[in-house]
Amino acid sequence: MKLPNPENSFKAFGALGSSEAAQITYKQWLLRQARIVLIISLVLATLMRVLAGQAFIPSFLFCLCISICCSSLIQTMSYGATWLINRWRGPEAEQASWPGWPLMLVCLIVGSTLGYGLGNELGRWLTGIESVGILRAGPRQGLSMVLMSLLPGLAVTYFFVNRTRLQAAQVQAQTAQRQAAEHQLRLLESQLEPHMLFNTLANLRVLIALDPQRAQAMLDQLIAFLRATLTASRASTHSLREEFARLQDYLALMQIRMGARLRPSLDLPADLSELQMPPLLLQALVENAIKHGLEPSIEGGELHISARLQGQGDAAQLLLEVRDGGVGLASRSPSSVGTGFGLHQVRERLQTQFGPAASFQLTPRSDGQSGSLASIRMPIQTTTPARPA
Amino acid sequence: MNTSQRPTALIAEDEGLLAENLRQELAKLWPALEIVAMAPHGQAALDLALRHRPDLCFLDIRMPGLSGLEAAAALAEDWQEGPGAERPFPLLVFVTAYDQYALQAFELAAVDYVLKPVQPERLAQTCQRLKQALNQRQAPSQAASASDAPELQAAVEQLRRLLGAPQAPASAASPAAAPLRLLQVSVGNQILMVPVDEVIYFEAADKYVRVITASKEHLIRISLRELLPQLDGQRFWQVHRSLVVRSDAIARAVRDEAGKISLHLHGSAEKLAVSRMYAHLFKGM
Repeated sequence: MKLPNPENSFKAFGALGSSEAAQITYKQWLLRQARIVLIISLVLATLMRVLAGQAFIPSFLFCLCISICCSSLIQTMSYGATWLINRWRGPEAEQASWPGWPLMLVCLIVGSTLGYGLGNELGRWLTGIESVGILRAGPRQGLSMVLMSLLPGLAVTYFFVNRTRLQAAQVQAQTAQRQAAEHQLRLLESQLEPHMLFNTLANLRVLIALDPQRAQAMLDQLIAFLRATLTASRASTHSLREEFARLQDYLALMQIRMGARLRPSLDLPADLSELQMPPLLLQALVENAIKHGLEPSIEGGELHISARLQGQGDAAQLLLEVRDGGVGLASRSPSSVGTGFGLHQVRERLQTQFGPAASFQLTPRSDGQSGSLASIRMPIQTTTPARPA
Repeated sequence: MNTSQRPTALIAEDEGLLAENLRQELAKLWPALEIVAMAPHGQAALDLALRHRPDLCFLDIRMPGLSGLEAAAALAEDWQEGPGAERPFPLLVFVTAYDQYALQAFELAAVDYVLKPVQPERLAQTCQRLKQALNQRQAPSQAASASDAPELQAAVEQLRRLLGAPQAPASAASPAAAPLRLLQVSVGNQILMVPVDEVIYFEAADKYVRVITASKEHLIRISLRELLPQLDGQRFWQVHRSLVVRSDAIARAVRDEAGKISLHLHGSAEKLAVSRMYAHLFKGM
């Protein structure tokens, strides 16, 4: 092969990166294609000059012609294939950004072969140098020409496919990170309900001038409530006694705001007070009962919170109940029942900690009164699980 | 508004301490302002506002019964009825502890909004804006007749949009799974099955809903607000806050000289009044 080996001169870099193409403008894309064609032609012409001693300028022209032909053909075919695939899938389906490897290979082979032939003719016409066209080459030489012209196309396609995947993976990782942060924020926001917080502060602001002693008591309760809420996410369990103490702080705060509309009663038998439970689980149910049951009710109502044992021996379970006399489940907007973030959180925490051994239910009261009943059943835990020192 | 009189205001706030505090702060900042009513919940706010016809309403957003927004919307619907109908629609100020997502919208539907805890400097600004608005409307309101009430029309527009828009991500109404087909009506010890298709209209009656069909009338124990999301919104139109009509039972809508729309029905001699809030449903093609 003494010819300017145009075999090497294909450069058809892949059509690729169409998914990026979606993000770049048409002008940017054209500029990138031109750059790739130019670089490949320069490299090949230089190789031919150094290795085969060909004249640089004619080789470069040949390479350029063939590159441009291969590039345009492959791009056109891959674009057309992508368009057909998307049309076939319909507008609702996820849109393909490139034809996929099998079809892309077909595009590359056909495009490189035709592009080589075409570019060769064009080069000959421009430079006047005779080179062996693909059509006139023997079967072996022809095959090697095709294979050689495929290489740059394959390489460029591979490069862009990989780069696109890498970028997609990065985007995915960032999205996951952002979602985790958002989840954390929503969790905190659901525990530190801003409405409750600002209304409490508003009351506190008034009380400071009106009744400093009561204001101080209220502030202490708010501090205890905030501390408990912020530390609850770190401990996996605490005692029922602690849980009920936190509930008392919270209810005292709410009573200042709601007055006689909130009539709470707590029932924790002394022999259960040291049993363990996930922190602030009842708190979430109490908040829910107040927010959706009692606050919307003009007359308000009672709120009864109790803990007891159910069943005998090994089958015994801890039953925690929050019963309110509020507006009841039917009056809540249908979408908010059981789908609220707070209740979802309760289910999820029970599930991760106890699996099927625990359950949570929110039902209308069975005693004919208006209001709702939230109940948690969970295994009895007497000791704090070992914590990492 | 009578210029010789002091401006009047209503405060609607369910938390006693906060209501009292707002009253005191207003007394300090705007001694001329007369607080004519304090409402502990949304329904009371509506009733008291209709009775006293104040110039200003301070409405808490989250209240039991009706929310501040619902009370304002109901007020806009009922304002032009009863004694005092000729008075201009009150200027609204919404009060809220934390409704970040809706603050901008509040500003559109009201003269201003105030965040709790109430800061005196901020409240002073609000009072300033209110005084300006009151002065501004004194001049042109003499020229324009009360029935044109462009302010009321604008308030209705904004409130309709506010109520239609989801209030919070959590309370966004999910598309009802499947619209209700049968009403189960308790009568004595039996339960009647009434196909929803036979209903001509529903009318709110306190905690109940009256169900009117061509031949009968029933009472069901559910509020209109609970019932509404279960109905097919294409077939059943709300035309008043207490009225929901099956759309194909409407024969024609008639507009009188005062601009009020009433509905004539197939299969019933009754005529139903359409409130301002829903007048946009009937505009002709």
